[in-house]
Amino acid sequence: MECNIVIPGQFLSDDAGKSGHGTYVKDGKVYSLLYGIMNAKNKMSVIPFSSKYIPSRKDFVVGTVINVTPSNWIFDIGSPYDGLLHVSEYPRRVDSDKMSGIMGISDSALLRVKDVSSSMKVELSMRERGLRALKTGRILEVSPAKVPRVIGHGGSMVSMLKKETNCEIFVGQNGRIWIDGTDGNMDRLAEAVEMIMEHSHSSGLTDRVCRFLRNVSDDDSENDENTQKGDFAEDEEDECKVHGDACRTVDALLDAEDE
Amino acid sequence: MSDKPEKFIDENGLRLDGRQVDEMRPMKMELGVISRADGSCYLEWGKNKVMAAVYGPRELHPRRMQKADSVLIRYRYNMAAFSVEDRIRPGPNRRSIEISKVSREAFEPVVLTHLYPGAVIDVFAEVLQADAGTRTAAINAASMALADAGIPMKGLVAACAVGKVDGQLVLDLNKAEDNFGDADFPMTFTQDGEVSLVQMDGNFTQEEFKQAVEMCKEGCQKILGMQQEALRNKFAGELSTDEVDVELIEEDVVEAESDDVDEGAAEPEEVDEDVEESQDDVEDHSMIKADEPEFEEDEPEDEPESEEDEPEEETA
Repeated sequence: MECNIVIPGQFLSDDAGKSGHGTYVKDGKVYSLLYGIMNAKNKMSVIPFSSKYIPSRKDFVVGTVINVTPSNWIFDIGSPYDGLLHVSEYPRRVDSDKMSGIMGISDSALLRVKDVSSSMKVELSMRERGLRALKTGRILEVSPAKVPRVIGHGGSMVSMLKKETNCEIFVGQNGRIWIDGTDGNMDRLAEAVEMIMEHSHSSGLTDRVCRFLRNVSDDDSENDENTQKGDFAEDEEDECKVHGDACRTVDALLDAEDE
Repeated sequence: MSDKPEKFIDENGLRLDGRQVDEMRPMKMELGVISRADGSCYLEWGKNKVMAAVYGPRELHPRRMQKADSVLIRYRYNMAAFSVEDRIRPGPNRRSIEISKVSREAFEPVVLTHLYPGAVIDVFAEVLQADAGTRTAAINAASMALADAGIPMKGLVAACAVGKVDGQLVLDLNKAEDNFGDADFPMTFTQDGEVSLVQMDGNFTQEEFKQAVEMCKEGCQKILGMQQEALRNKFAGELSTDEVDVELIEEDVVEAESDDVDEGAAEPEEVDEDVEESQDDVEDHSMIKADEPEFEEDEPEDEPESEEDEPEEETA
Protein backbone atom coordinates (compact mmCIF):
# COMPACT_ATOMS: atom_id res chain seq x y z
CA MET A 1 0.00 0.00 0.00
CA GLU A 2 1.21 3.46 -0.80
CA CYS A 3 -0.55 5.13 2.09
CA ASN A 4 -0.74 4.25 5.72
CA ILE A 5 -1.10 5.72 9.15
CA VAL A 6 2.31 5.94 10.72
CA ILE A 7 3.33 6.80 14.23
CA PRO A 8 6.53 8.32 15.60
CA GLY A 9 9.40 5.87 15.50
CA GLN A 10 7.81 3.55 12.98
CA PHE A 11 10.18 1.88 10.56
CA LEU A 12 9.60 3.11 7.01
CA SER A 13 12.44 2.06 4.74
CA ASP A 14 15.89 0.48 4.53
CA ASP A 15 17.06 3.11 2.08
CA ALA A 16 18.48 6.13 3.90
CA GLY A 17 18.30 8.15 0.68
CA LYS A 18 14.51 7.98 0.79
CA SER A 19 14.24 10.05 3.95
CA GLY A 20 11.93 12.99 3.28
CA HIS A 21 9.93 15.45 5.35
CA GLY A 22 8.79 14.15 8.73
CA THR A 23 11.28 11.31 8.86
CA TYR A 24 14.71 10.69 10.32
CA VAL A 25 17.56 8.30 9.60
CA LYS A 26 19.15 6.08 12.16
CA ASP A 27 21.70 3.37 11.34
CA GLY A 28 20.89 3.72 7.65
CA LYS A 29 17.18 3.14 8.18
CA VAL A 30 14.33 5.60 7.83
CA TYR A 31 11.84 6.09 10.66
CA SER A 32 8.86 8.37 11.06
CA LEU A 33 9.04 11.46 13.24
CA LEU A 34 5.36 12.26 13.17
CA TYR A 35 1.92 10.83 13.67
CA GLY A 36 0.27 11.11 10.30
CA ILE A 37 -0.07 9.62 6.86
CA MET A 38 2.90 8.24 4.98
CA ASN A 39 3.55 9.31 1.43
CA ALA A 40 5.88 6.94 -0.41
CA LYS A 41 5.80 8.57 -3.82
CA ASN A 42 9.46 9.10 -4.52
CA LYS A 43 10.78 9.89 -1.09
CA MET A 44 9.30 8.68 2.16
CA SER A 45 7.58 11.56 3.85
CA VAL A 46 5.00 11.86 6.59
CA ILE A 47 2.16 14.36 6.60
CA PRO A 48 1.06 14.98 10.19
CA PHE A 49 -2.59 14.81 11.23
CA SER A 50 -2.18 18.02 13.18
CA SER A 51 0.54 20.60 13.34
CA LYS A 52 1.25 24.19 14.20
CA TYR A 53 2.11 26.59 11.43
CA ILE A 54 5.84 27.15 11.25
CA PRO A 55 6.57 30.00 8.83
CA SER A 56 8.82 29.41 5.88
CA ARG A 57 9.95 31.62 3.05
CA LYS A 58 7.46 32.54 0.33
CA ASP A 59 4.40 31.37 2.27
CA PHE A 60 1.23 33.38 1.87
CA VAL A 61 -0.36 34.15 5.23
CA VAL A 62 -3.21 36.09 6.75
CA GLY A 63 -2.03 38.10 9.73
CA THR A 64 -3.52 40.32 12.40
CA VAL A 65 -1.71 43.36 13.76
CA ILE A 66 -0.88 42.98 17.45
CA ASN A 67 1.46 45.94 17.78
CA VAL A 68 2.70 48.93 15.84
CA THR A 69 6.26 50.14 16.43
CA PRO A 70 7.89 53.21 14.79
CA SER A 71 9.12 51.13 11.87
CA ASN A 72 7.29 47.80 12.01
CA TRP A 73 3.86 46.32 12.20
CA ILE A 74 3.96 43.20 14.32
CA PHE A 75 1.58 40.53 13.11
CA ASP A 76 0.13 37.49 14.75
CA ILE A 77 0.34 34.88 12.02
CA GLY A 78 -1.11 31.97 13.98
CA SER A 79 2.27 30.46 14.76
CA PRO A 80 4.60 30.42 17.77
CA TYR A 81 6.51 33.24 16.10
CA ASP A 82 5.26 36.75 15.35
CA GLY A 83 5.82 38.33 11.97
CA LEU A 84 7.37 41.73 11.32
CA LEU A 85 6.25 43.93 8.48
CA HIS A 86 8.70 46.76 7.99
CA VAL A 87 7.28 50.06 6.67
CA SER A 88 9.47 49.72 3.61
CA GLU A 89 7.64 46.49 2.76
CA TYR A 90 4.34 48.34 2.59
CA PRO A 91 3.42 49.11 -1.04
CA ARG A 92 3.46 52.87 -0.48
CA ARG A 93 5.76 55.18 1.43
CA VAL A 94 4.37 55.67 4.91
CA ASP A 95 5.47 58.10 7.59
CA SER A 96 5.96 56.43 10.89
CA ASP A 97 3.39 58.61 12.65
CA LYS A 98 0.73 57.53 10.15
CA MET A 99 1.38 53.81 10.43
CA SER A 100 -1.39 53.00 12.87
CA GLY A 101 -3.79 55.01 10.68
CA ILE A 102 -3.17 52.59 7.84
CA MET A 103 -3.21 49.41 9.89
CA GLY A 104 -3.99 49.56 13.58
CA ILE A 105 -4.08 46.86 16.21
CA SER A 106 -6.57 44.09 15.34
CA ASP A 107 -6.56 44.96 11.62
CA SER A 108 -5.83 42.07 9.31
CA ALA A 109 -3.85 41.83 6.10
CA LEU A 110 -2.84 39.44 3.37
CA LEU A 111 0.91 38.99 3.50
CA ARG A 112 3.81 36.95 2.24
CA VAL A 113 6.72 35.67 4.27
CA LYS A 114 9.82 37.37 2.90
CA ASP A 115 12.39 35.63 5.03
CA VAL A 116 12.76 33.54 8.18
CA SER A 117 16.03 33.69 10.10
CA SER A 118 17.50 30.75 11.97
CA SER A 119 16.30 32.27 15.23
CA MET A 120 12.82 32.36 13.70
CA LYS A 121 12.59 36.09 13.13
CA VAL A 122 9.86 36.28 10.52
CA GLU A 123 9.98 39.10 7.99
CA LEU A 124 6.80 39.78 6.07
CA SER A 125 6.15 41.64 2.86
CA MET A 126 3.18 43.26 1.21
CA ARG A 127 4.91 44.29 -1.99
CA GLU A 128 3.18 41.87 -4.25
CA ARG A 129 0.06 41.76 -6.36
CA GLY A 130 -3.07 40.97 -4.41
CA LEU A 131 -1.57 41.55 -1.00
CA ARG A 132 -3.24 44.27 1.00
CA ALA A 133 -4.74 45.38 4.26
CA LEU A 134 -8.25 43.98 4.71
CA LYS A 135 -11.30 46.15 5.21
CA THR A 136 -14.15 43.73 4.48
CA GLY A 137 -14.89 40.03 4.63
CA ARG A 138 -14.33 37.35 7.24
CA ILE A 139 -11.44 35.24 8.42
CA LEU A 140 -11.92 31.52 9.01
CA GLU A 141 -9.41 29.49 10.96
CA VAL A 142 -8.56 25.90 10.10
CA SER A 143 -5.78 23.55 11.08
CA PRO A 144 -2.65 24.39 9.04
CA ALA A 145 -2.19 20.66 8.37
CA LYS A 146 -5.45 20.71 6.41
CA VAL A 147 -4.73 23.74 4.25
CA PRO A 148 -3.76 21.55 1.27
CA ARG A 149 -7.23 20.03 1.33
CA VAL A 150 -8.85 23.45 1.15
CA ILE A 151 -6.67 24.34 -1.82
CA GLY A 152 -7.24 21.03 -3.53
CA HIS A 153 -5.35 19.32 -6.31
CA GLY A 154 -3.90 22.09 -8.44
CA GLY A 155 -6.25 24.53 -6.72
CA SER A 156 -9.35 22.57 -7.74
CA MET A 157 -11.10 22.94 -4.40
CA VAL A 158 -10.51 26.68 -4.12
CA SER A 159 -11.64 27.37 -7.67
CA MET A 160 -14.74 25.25 -7.13
CA LEU A 161 -15.55 27.13 -3.92
CA LYS A 162 -15.06 30.45 -5.68
CA LYS A 163 -17.29 29.45 -8.54
CA GLU A 164 -20.05 28.00 -6.38
CA THR A 165 -20.25 30.80 -3.87
CA ASN A 166 -19.15 33.87 -5.84
CA CYS A 167 -16.86 34.74 -2.95
CA GLU A 168 -13.33 35.97 -3.04
CA ILE A 169 -11.05 33.53 -1.18
CA PHE A 170 -7.48 33.80 0.00
CA VAL A 171 -6.06 30.73 1.72
CA GLY A 172 -3.06 31.43 3.92
CA GLN A 173 -0.57 28.68 4.63
CA ASN A 174 -1.08 29.46 8.31
CA GLY A 175 -4.58 28.05 8.24
CA ARG A 176 -6.37 31.37 8.05
CA ILE A 177 -8.75 31.80 5.18
CA TRP A 178 -10.02 35.21 4.20
CA ILE A 179 -13.35 35.25 2.39
CA ASP A 180 -15.36 38.13 1.03
CA GLY A 181 -18.78 38.20 -0.58
CA THR A 182 -22.41 38.62 0.38
CA ASP A 183 -23.36 37.47 3.86
CA GLY A 184 -25.38 34.49 2.62
CA ASN A 185 -22.59 33.31 0.35
CA MET A 186 -20.03 33.67 3.09
CA ASP A 187 -22.22 31.58 5.42
CA ARG A 188 -22.40 28.83 2.82
CA LEU A 189 -18.69 28.98 2.21
CA ALA A 190 -17.94 28.82 5.92
CA GLU A 191 -20.13 25.72 6.16
CA ALA A 192 -18.36 24.16 3.20
CA VAL A 193 -14.97 24.78 4.80
CA GLU A 194 -16.22 23.22 8.00
CA MET A 195 -17.29 20.22 5.98
CA ILE A 196 -13.86 19.98 4.39
CA MET A 197 -12.31 19.94 7.86
CA GLU A 198 -14.64 17.22 9.07
CA HIS A 199 -14.16 14.95 6.08
CA SER A 200 -10.57 15.84 5.33
CA HIS A 201 -9.44 12.23 5.24
CA SER A 202 -12.00 10.92 2.80
CA SER A 203 -11.86 10.68 -0.96
CA GLY A 204 -13.89 12.52 -3.58
CA LEU A 205 -14.08 15.48 -1.25
CA THR A 206 -14.24 18.17 -3.91
CA ASP A 207 -17.16 16.36 -5.46
CA ARG A 208 -19.00 16.06 -2.17
CA VAL A 209 -18.46 19.68 -1.19
CA CYS A 210 -19.63 20.73 -4.63
CA ARG A 211 -22.82 18.70 -4.24
CA PHE A 212 -23.30 20.11 -0.75
CA LEU A 213 -23.03 23.68 -1.99
CA ARG A 214 -25.42 23.00 -4.82
CA ASN A 215 -28.01 21.49 -2.49
CA VAL A 216 -27.88 24.51 -0.29
CA SER A 217 -28.40 26.81 -3.25
CA ASP A 218 -31.11 24.65 -4.83
CA ASP A 219 -33.81 27.13 -3.87
CA ASP A 220 -32.48 29.80 -6.19
CA SER A 221 -31.21 27.50 -8.90
CA GLU A 222 -31.02 28.74 -12.46
CA ASN A 223 -30.64 26.78 -15.64
CA ASP A 224 -27.41 28.16 -16.97
CA GLU A 225 -25.87 27.96 -13.57
CA ASN A 226 -26.69 24.28 -13.45
CA THR A 227 -25.04 23.53 -16.75
CA GLN A 228 -21.96 25.24 -15.54
CA LYS A 229 -21.95 23.09 -12.46
CA GLY A 230 -22.56 19.99 -14.52
CA ASP A 231 -19.37 20.57 -16.45
CA PHE A 232 -17.59 21.06 -13.26
CA ALA A 233 -18.86 17.90 -11.65
CA GLU A 234 -17.50 15.88 -14.55
CA ASP A 235 -14.06 17.27 -13.94
CA GLU A 236 -14.29 16.30 -10.33
CA GLU A 237 -15.33 12.77 -11.16
CA ASP A 238 -12.33 12.28 -13.37
CA GLU A 239 -10.12 13.41 -10.61
CA CYS A 240 -11.77 11.08 -8.16
CA LYS A 241 -11.15 8.10 -10.39
CA VAL A 242 -7.49 8.87 -10.69
CA HIS A 243 -7.05 9.44 -6.99
CA GLY A 244 -9.66 7.10 -5.64
CA ASP A 245 -7.72 6.53 -2.50
CA ALA A 246 -7.98 9.18 0.16
CA CYS A 247 -4.42 9.18 1.25
CA ARG A 248 -3.08 9.33 -2.23
CA THR A 249 -5.30 12.30 -2.81
CA VAL A 250 -3.80 13.96 0.21
CA ASP A 251 -0.37 13.20 -1.11
CA ALA A 252 -1.13 14.54 -4.53
CA LEU A 253 -2.41 17.73 -3.01
CA LEU A 254 0.66 18.17 -0.96
CA ASP A 255 2.90 17.46 -3.90
CA ALA A 256 1.06 20.04 -5.91
CA GLU A 257 1.64 22.41 -3.05
CA ASP A 258 5.37 21.81 -3.12
CA GLU A 259 5.70 22.55 -6.80
CA MET B 1 0.23 0.23 58.71
CA SER B 2 -2.92 -1.35 59.99
CA ASP B 3 -4.18 -2.05 56.47
CA LYS B 4 -1.15 -4.07 55.57
CA PRO B 5 -2.20 -7.40 54.14
CA GLU B 6 -0.59 -10.48 55.65
CA LYS B 7 0.33 -11.93 52.33
CA PHE B 8 0.67 -10.19 48.99
CA ILE B 9 0.86 -13.33 46.93
CA ASP B 10 -1.39 -16.30 47.68
CA GLU B 11 -0.53 -20.00 47.43
CA ASN B 12 -1.61 -20.03 43.76
CA GLY B 13 0.92 -17.34 42.94
CA LEU B 14 -1.76 -14.71 42.43
CA ARG B 15 -1.63 -11.17 43.79
CA LEU B 16 -4.21 -9.32 45.86
CA ASP B 17 -6.13 -8.23 42.78
CA GLY B 18 -5.85 -11.64 41.16
CA ARG B 19 -3.04 -10.81 38.77
CA GLN B 20 0.01 -12.90 37.96
CA VAL B 21 3.32 -11.47 39.16
CA ASP B 22 4.21 -10.35 35.65
CA GLU B 23 0.78 -9.16 34.67
CA MET B 24 -0.15 -5.50 34.22
CA ARG B 25 -3.46 -3.91 35.12
CA PRO B 26 -5.74 -3.42 32.12
CA MET B 27 -5.05 -0.21 30.25
CA LYS B 28 -7.40 1.88 28.18
CA MET B 29 -6.58 5.03 26.26
CA GLU B 30 -8.44 7.57 24.24
CA LEU B 31 -6.95 10.29 22.05
CA GLY B 32 -8.10 13.80 21.30
CA VAL B 33 -10.33 14.17 24.35
CA ILE B 34 -9.67 17.88 24.92
CA SER B 35 -10.86 19.94 22.02
CA ARG B 36 -8.91 23.10 22.77
CA ALA B 37 -5.60 21.30 23.27
CA ASP B 38 -3.29 20.56 20.36
CA GLY B 39 -3.01 16.99 21.54
CA SER B 40 -4.56 15.09 24.40
CA CYS B 41 -4.99 11.63 25.82
CA TYR B 42 -7.12 10.11 28.54
CA LEU B 43 -5.68 6.97 30.03
CA GLU B 44 -7.07 4.49 32.49
CA TRP B 45 -4.73 1.96 34.00
CA GLY B 46 -6.43 -0.18 36.58
CA LYS B 47 -7.93 2.37 38.93
CA ASN B 48 -5.62 5.14 37.75
CA LYS B 49 -7.26 7.81 35.66
CA VAL B 50 -4.99 10.32 34.00
CA MET B 51 -5.60 13.10 31.52
CA ALA B 52 -2.71 14.54 29.52
CA ALA B 53 -2.87 17.63 27.32
CA VAL B 54 -0.22 19.13 25.08
CA TYR B 55 -0.22 22.74 23.91
CA GLY B 56 2.26 24.04 21.44
CA PRO B 57 4.79 24.66 20.17
CA ARG B 58 3.66 28.12 21.14
CA GLU B 59 5.13 31.46 22.06
CA LEU B 60 6.95 31.44 25.37
CA HIS B 61 6.46 34.10 28.00
CA PRO B 62 8.35 35.26 29.99
CA ARG B 63 10.92 35.79 27.28
CA ARG B 64 13.85 35.22 29.59
CA MET B 65 12.90 31.56 29.75
CA GLN B 66 13.28 31.21 25.98
CA LYS B 67 16.07 29.02 24.72
CA ALA B 68 17.68 30.51 21.64
CA ASP B 69 18.36 27.21 19.89
CA SER B 70 15.67 24.85 21.06
CA VAL B 71 12.14 24.52 22.27
CA LEU B 72 11.47 24.48 25.98
CA ILE B 73 9.39 21.61 27.29
CA ARG B 74 7.34 22.29 30.38
CA TYR B 75 5.78 19.32 32.08
CA ARG B 76 3.30 19.67 34.89
CA TYR B 77 2.34 16.60 36.83
CA ASN B 78 -0.53 17.37 39.16
CA MET B 79 -2.74 15.30 41.35
CA ALA B 80 -6.29 16.54 41.66
CA ALA B 81 -7.36 17.22 45.22
CA PHE B 82 -9.98 14.48 44.91
CA SER B 83 -7.69 11.91 43.31
CA VAL B 84 -6.91 10.07 46.55
CA GLU B 85 -8.99 8.96 49.53
CA ASP B 86 -7.94 11.78 51.83
CA ARG B 87 -8.23 15.08 50.03
CA ILE B 88 -4.79 16.47 49.25
CA ARG B 89 -3.93 20.12 49.28
CA PRO B 90 -4.22 21.38 45.71
CA GLY B 91 -1.29 22.84 43.83
CA PRO B 92 2.30 21.80 43.37
CA ASN B 93 4.11 20.19 46.25
CA ARG B 94 7.58 18.75 46.69
CA ARG B 95 6.57 15.38 45.28
CA SER B 96 4.76 16.69 42.21
CA ILE B 97 7.54 19.14 41.39
CA GLU B 98 10.07 16.33 41.47
CA ILE B 99 7.92 14.06 39.34
CA SER B 100 7.36 16.87 36.85
CA LYS B 101 11.09 17.34 36.53
CA VAL B 102 12.02 13.70 35.97
CA SER B 103 9.07 13.15 33.65
CA ARG B 104 10.07 16.12 31.53
CA GLU B 105 13.55 14.69 31.25
CA ALA B 106 12.09 11.34 30.26
CA PHE B 107 10.98 12.93 26.97
CA GLU B 108 14.27 14.63 26.21
CA PRO B 109 15.80 11.79 24.17
CA VAL B 110 12.81 11.55 21.82
CA VAL B 111 11.46 15.05 21.19
CA LEU B 112 13.23 16.99 18.44
CA THR B 113 13.73 20.26 20.26
CA HIS B 114 15.86 22.13 17.72
CA LEU B 115 12.99 22.61 15.28
CA TYR B 116 11.21 25.28 17.28
CA PRO B 117 13.79 27.65 18.79
CA GLY B 118 12.46 30.03 21.40
CA ALA B 119 9.06 28.35 21.65
CA VAL B 120 7.54 26.17 24.33
CA ILE B 121 5.68 22.88 24.42
CA ASP B 122 3.45 22.64 27.47
CA VAL B 123 2.52 19.21 28.75
CA PHE B 124 -0.09 18.95 31.47
CA ALA B 125 -0.61 15.60 33.13
CA GLU B 126 -3.52 15.66 35.50
CA VAL B 127 -4.17 12.71 37.79
CA LEU B 128 -7.90 12.41 38.32
CA GLN B 129 -7.84 9.20 40.30
CA ALA B 130 -4.74 7.70 41.81
CA ASP B 131 -4.00 4.10 42.62
CA ALA B 132 -0.21 3.69 42.56
CA GLY B 133 1.90 4.21 39.47
CA THR B 134 0.46 7.58 38.53
CA ARG B 135 3.76 8.98 37.28
CA THR B 136 4.15 6.10 34.85
CA ALA B 137 0.51 6.41 33.77
CA ALA B 138 1.02 10.14 33.25
CA ILE B 139 4.11 9.56 31.12
CA ASN B 140 2.29 7.01 28.97
CA ALA B 141 -0.58 9.43 28.45
CA ALA B 142 1.74 12.37 27.78
CA SER B 143 3.66 10.36 25.22
CA MET B 144 0.45 9.73 23.29
CA ALA B 145 -0.70 13.34 23.65
CA LEU B 146 2.62 14.57 22.23
CA ALA B 147 2.20 12.35 19.19
CA ASP B 148 -1.39 13.51 18.83
CA ALA B 149 -0.25 17.14 18.88
CA GLY B 150 2.01 16.47 15.90
CA ILE B 151 5.23 17.05 17.81
CA PRO B 152 8.15 15.46 15.96
CA MET B 153 9.48 12.59 18.04
CA LYS B 154 11.97 9.81 17.37
CA GLY B 155 9.54 7.41 18.96
CA LEU B 156 7.08 6.97 21.75
CA VAL B 157 8.09 6.43 25.34
CA ALA B 158 6.46 3.97 27.68
CA ALA B 159 6.76 3.73 31.43
CA CYS B 160 5.94 1.13 34.02
CA ALA B 161 7.05 0.07 37.46
CA VAL B 162 8.37 -3.09 39.07
CA GLY B 163 8.21 -3.67 42.80
CA LYS B 164 8.97 -6.27 45.41
CA VAL B 165 6.45 -7.85 47.73
CA ASP B 166 6.96 -10.97 49.85
CA GLY B 167 10.49 -11.15 48.41
CA GLN B 168 9.04 -11.58 44.93
CA LEU B 169 9.34 -9.15 42.03
CA VAL B 170 5.99 -7.98 40.67
CA LEU B 171 5.12 -5.87 37.64
CA ASP B 172 2.95 -2.75 37.90
CA LEU B 173 2.26 -2.26 41.61
CA ASN B 174 -1.19 -1.60 42.94
CA LYS B 175 -1.93 0.61 45.91
CA ALA B 176 -1.35 -1.94 48.68
CA GLU B 177 1.82 -3.25 47.07
CA ASP B 178 3.08 0.29 46.65
CA ASN B 179 2.33 1.33 50.22
CA PHE B 180 3.52 -1.77 52.05
CA GLY B 181 5.86 -3.43 49.55
CA ASP B 182 9.63 -3.57 49.86
CA ALA B 183 10.51 -1.70 46.66
CA ASP B 184 9.04 0.48 43.94
CA PHE B 185 11.05 0.90 40.78
CA PRO B 186 9.50 2.95 37.97
CA MET B 187 11.32 3.06 34.66
CA THR B 188 10.75 4.68 31.29
CA PHE B 189 11.95 3.18 28.04
CA THR B 190 12.10 4.70 24.61
CA GLN B 191 11.24 2.55 21.66
CA ASP B 192 14.91 1.74 21.06
CA GLY B 193 15.26 0.38 24.58
CA GLU B 194 16.97 3.46 25.94
CA VAL B 195 16.24 4.22 29.56
CA SER B 196 15.04 7.78 30.07
CA LEU B 197 13.83 7.60 33.66
CA VAL B 198 14.76 5.44 36.62
CA GLN B 199 13.67 6.04 40.14
CA MET B 200 13.80 3.68 43.05
CA ASP B 201 12.37 3.41 46.46
CA GLY B 202 13.34 0.42 48.65
CA ASN B 203 15.93 -2.29 48.22
CA PHE B 204 16.86 -4.75 45.53
CA THR B 205 19.79 -7.15 45.42
CA GLN B 206 21.99 -6.84 42.39
CA GLU B 207 20.39 -9.91 40.91
CA GLU B 208 16.88 -8.61 41.57
CA PHE B 209 17.78 -5.28 40.04
CA LYS B 210 18.79 -6.89 36.77
CA GLN B 211 15.67 -8.99 36.76
CA ALA B 212 13.53 -5.95 37.53
CA VAL B 213 14.98 -4.03 34.59
CA GLU B 214 14.11 -6.91 32.31
CA MET B 215 10.56 -7.13 33.66
CA CYS B 216 10.09 -3.40 33.23
CA LYS B 217 11.39 -3.55 29.72
CA GLU B 218 8.96 -6.26 28.80
CA GLY B 219 6.08 -4.40 30.41
CA CYS B 220 7.01 -1.20 28.59
CA GLN B 221 7.09 -3.03 25.30
CA LYS B 222 3.55 -4.24 25.87
CA ILE B 223 2.47 -0.69 26.69
CA LEU B 224 4.25 0.57 23.59
CA GLY B 225 2.27 -1.91 21.53
CA MET B 226 -0.98 -0.67 23.06
CA GLN B 227 -0.03 2.95 22.45
CA GLN B 228 0.77 2.22 18.83
CA GLU B 229 -2.52 0.48 18.32
CA ALA B 230 -4.49 3.27 19.94
CA LEU B 231 -2.80 5.80 17.65
CA ARG B 232 -3.45 3.69 14.56
CA ASN B 233 -7.08 3.21 15.49
CA LYS B 234 -7.88 6.86 16.00
CA PHE B 235 -8.38 7.43 12.29
CA ALA B 236 -9.05 3.83 11.36
CA GLY B 237 -12.77 4.48 11.02
CA GLU B 238 -12.34 7.35 8.62
CA LEU B 239 -9.73 5.64 6.51
CA SER B 240 -11.36 2.25 6.29
CA THR B 241 -14.40 3.84 4.65
CA ASP B 242 -12.08 4.65 1.78
CA GLU B 243 -10.52 1.25 1.61
CA VAL B 244 -14.01 -0.08 1.00
CA ASP B 245 -13.69 0.53 -2.74
CA VAL B 246 -10.63 -1.63 -2.96
CA GLU B 247 -11.53 -4.59 -0.84
CA LEU B 248 -14.56 -6.59 0.25
CA ILE B 249 -17.39 -4.15 0.35
CA GLU B 250 -19.94 -5.53 2.79
CA GLU B 251 -17.62 -6.59 5.57
CA ASP B 252 -15.65 -3.41 5.55
CA VAL B 253 -18.71 -1.23 5.74
CA VAL B 254 -19.80 -2.99 8.89
CA GLU B 255 -16.34 -2.64 10.31
CA ALA B 256 -16.17 1.02 9.47
CA GLU B 257 -19.43 1.66 11.24
CA SER B 258 -18.35 -0.09 14.37
CA ASP B 259 -15.14 1.90 14.29
CA ASP B 260 -17.09 5.11 14.17
CA VAL B 261 -18.98 4.08 17.25
CA ASP B 262 -16.06 3.46 19.54
CA GLU B 263 -14.01 6.29 18.04
CA GLY B 264 -10.74 4.45 18.23
CA ALA B 265 -11.01 3.98 21.97
CA ALA B 266 -11.13 0.82 24.04
CA GLU B 267 -10.58 -2.67 22.61
CA PRO B 268 -7.67 -2.31 20.24
CA GLU B 269 -7.66 -5.98 19.14
CA GLU B 270 -11.12 -5.73 17.70
CA VAL B 271 -10.32 -3.14 15.09
CA ASP B 272 -6.88 -4.25 14.07
CA GLU B 273 -7.95 -6.63 11.39
CA ASP B 274 -6.42 -4.87 8.44
CA VAL B 275 -3.72 -6.98 6.93
CA GLU B 276 -1.26 -4.18 6.35
CA GLU B 277 -1.52 -2.98 9.89
CA SER B 278 -0.82 -6.31 11.46
CA GLN B 279 2.13 -6.68 9.14
CA ASP B 280 3.41 -3.39 10.42
CA ASP B 281 3.10 -4.67 13.92
CA VAL B 282 5.26 -7.62 13.07
CA GLU B 283 7.85 -5.31 11.61
CA ASP B 284 7.79 -3.14 14.68
CA HIS B 285 8.33 -5.95 17.06
CA SER B 286 11.11 -7.47 15.04
CA MET B 287 12.77 -4.08 15.03
CA ILE B 288 12.53 -3.72 18.75
CA LYS B 289 13.76 -7.22 19.31
CA ALA B 290 16.70 -6.62 17.06
CA ASP B 291 17.70 -3.78 19.33
CA GLU B 292 17.51 -5.74 22.50
CA PRO B 293 21.11 -6.97 22.62
CA GLU B 294 22.26 -3.39 22.14
CA PHE B 295 20.33 -2.36 25.16
CA GLU B 296 22.36 -4.61 27.44
CA GLU B 297 25.50 -2.76 26.41
CA ASP B 298 23.90 0.65 26.60
CA GLU B 299 22.44 0.17 30.00
CA PRO B 300 25.48 1.00 32.16
CA GLU B 301 25.85 4.28 30.32
CA ASP B 302 22.23 5.16 30.83
CA GLU B 303 22.08 4.56 34.51
CA PRO B 304 24.23 7.41 35.77
CA GLU B 305 22.40 9.86 33.52
CA SER B 306 18.99 8.97 34.68
CA GLU B 307 18.66 9.12 38.45
CA GLU B 308 21.07 9.74 41.24
CA ASP B 309 19.93 7.35 43.87
CA GLU B 310 20.00 3.97 42.23
CA PRO B 311 23.73 3.14 41.87
CA GLU B 312 24.07 3.19 45.64
CA GLU B 313 21.00 1.10 46.01
CA GLU B 314 22.44 -1.47 43.73
CA THR B 315 25.61 -1.90 45.72
CA ALA B 316 23.79 -1.88 49.02
